Amino acid sequence: MSATEPRQSRSKWLAALWLVPFALFFFAFQIAPLIWITLNSVNVDGSWSLANFEKIFSSKFYLQAIKHSLQVGFWSSLFGIIIAIIGSYSLHQVDSKLRDFVMAFSNMTSNFAGVPLAFAFIILLGFNGAITLLLKQIGWIDDFNLYSKTGLIVLYTYFQIPLGVMLLYPAFDALREDWRESAALLGANTWDFWRHIGLPVLTPALLGTFVILLANALGAYATVYYLTTGNFNIMPIRIAGLVSGDISLNPNLASALSMVLLGLMALITIVHQVLLKRSYHVAR
Amino acid sequence: MSRADTTASILYHRVVVWLLFLILLLPLAGTLLYSLSTSWSATILPDGLTFKWYFELWGEPRFLKAFGQSLLICFSALFLASILILPLLFVVHYHFPRLDGLMNILILLPFAMPPVVSSVGLLQVYGSGPVQLVGTPWILIGCYFTIALPFMYRAITNNLHAINLPDLMDAAHLLGASTWKAAFLVVLPNLRKGLMVSLFLSFSFLFGEFVFANMLVGTRYETLQVYLNNMRNSSGHFNSALVISYFFFVLIFTWAANRLNKDKS
Repeated sequence: MSATEPRQSRSKWLAALWLVPFALFFFAFQIAPLIWITLNSVNVDGSWSLANFEKIFSSKFYLQAIKHSLQVGFWSSLFGIIIAIIGSYSLHQVDSKLRDFVMAFSNMTSNFAGVPLAFAFIILLGFNGAITLLLKQIGWIDDFNLYSKTGLIVLYTYFQIPLGVMLLYPAFDALREDWRESAALLGANTWDFWRHIGLPVLTPALLGTFVILLANALGAYATVYYLTTGNFNIMPIRIAGLVSGDISLNPNLASALSMVLLGLMALITIVHQVLLKRSYHVAR
Repeated sequence: MSRADTTASILYHRVVVWLLFLILLLPLAGTLLYSLSTSWSATILPDGLTFKWYFELWGEPRFLKAFGQSLLICFSALFLASILILPLLFVVHYHFPRLDGLMNILILLPFAMPPVVSSVGLLQVYGSGPVQLVGTPWILIGCYFTIALPFMYRAITNNLHAINLPDLMDAAHLLGASTWKAAFLVVLPNLRKGLMVSLFLSFSFLFGEFVFANMLVGTRYETLQVYLNNMRNSSGHFNSALVISYFFFVLIFTWAANRLNKDKS
């Protein structure tokens, strides 16, 4: 073994050369832009300064964009995860033929996002959309404005559902059927079971899924851009506007706003980690 | 639990699953119906049915060009991703297994950084100066490689664990194969399925990528999604035919990935 060692270690380092092209491309298209925005977010006219951040946090306009991002993100993630929980649980209880079919379909619709999705929603729920008209005729709604915050929450919820189901479905495997029977034998009703057994067991998966859904909603751009032609005040729209709009180009301010967005995501991840540590764990 | 209880609960779960299916189906079904209707405005159902929007779409040179360019960019990006990621995976798992931990952190970056944020940096770094890539398809190929990376890395890593790489390599070495030969003739064919599944899935979401395409390149090299966005003022029926045609391709690729996945188990 020892005689072949020098040869082996040389071939090992030759093999490491194969990592170089990957590292170059990854640096060029992932790391370099991150470095650029980090450095330029604290740069005003060539000198270090926090003025960009001061500008964001003292401007009603940018604060409103942050508020809208958080509101749309939070509500769509909440509604999305509730629908995904109910759906995933029922998917576990139906026969495998129906389950496989709906799961496959749900995975496919996770690709129906962005511009095509916004377009489909305009047809169905726009001012003259078929569903808007139908609901008006029944008398359930007076009016529905898809191009508003409520409209965006409905639209975002839709694209959260397939992602939520994809992430949550495996988690329900941990919930064993005999636990429910045991609980029932001991006198627990459905509510008791979910309150004391079901939800605590699922908590880590629920928190993790919620964080991913939230990050997904905070970063979403294509849907809202197509729907409102960039007129709704929300963080991704503001960021893009500052680097590709016709007026008021300011890449450094865009970088600072990007850092705020990344900071929010980091904050959510940290809160997630803290909550995870405090939550109940199933012994594995 | 009594029998009536069980029947009721089975019925409940079936209804929920069908409702979930209907919710997910609704936007697609609506677009499909719209693409097949002669005209549909201010009524709940369309006036009549026709295929004329599809004929119009598939006879439109600008659409065909955008479609071809989208395919070209996606295939190039997936080719680039394959030749960068396969050697990486082999070298990491065979020679430097401890690097896998670092890689698992690095591949989170494309997830954590929304395309709109990446675009801010990319526009400045490659907008002017020595490497001017903004406005060309090359920058999209590079960006799409980063989007596909996490999926391909994870899928093929799972596949690598399943084939037990060190044992396979030892066996090949014992039989007189060089590391090169073993990697190409023994390991690669065993990874074919994992690679194909991840390529199909990656294709289906790269084909729908809009943010990078619109912000970095726009009309200078129009992809399908950018074309759809630019056609926003044309007929809704025409656009519906476009959306359905696009999604049909996505469907074929996800279906193929699904089939391959099923064969494996």
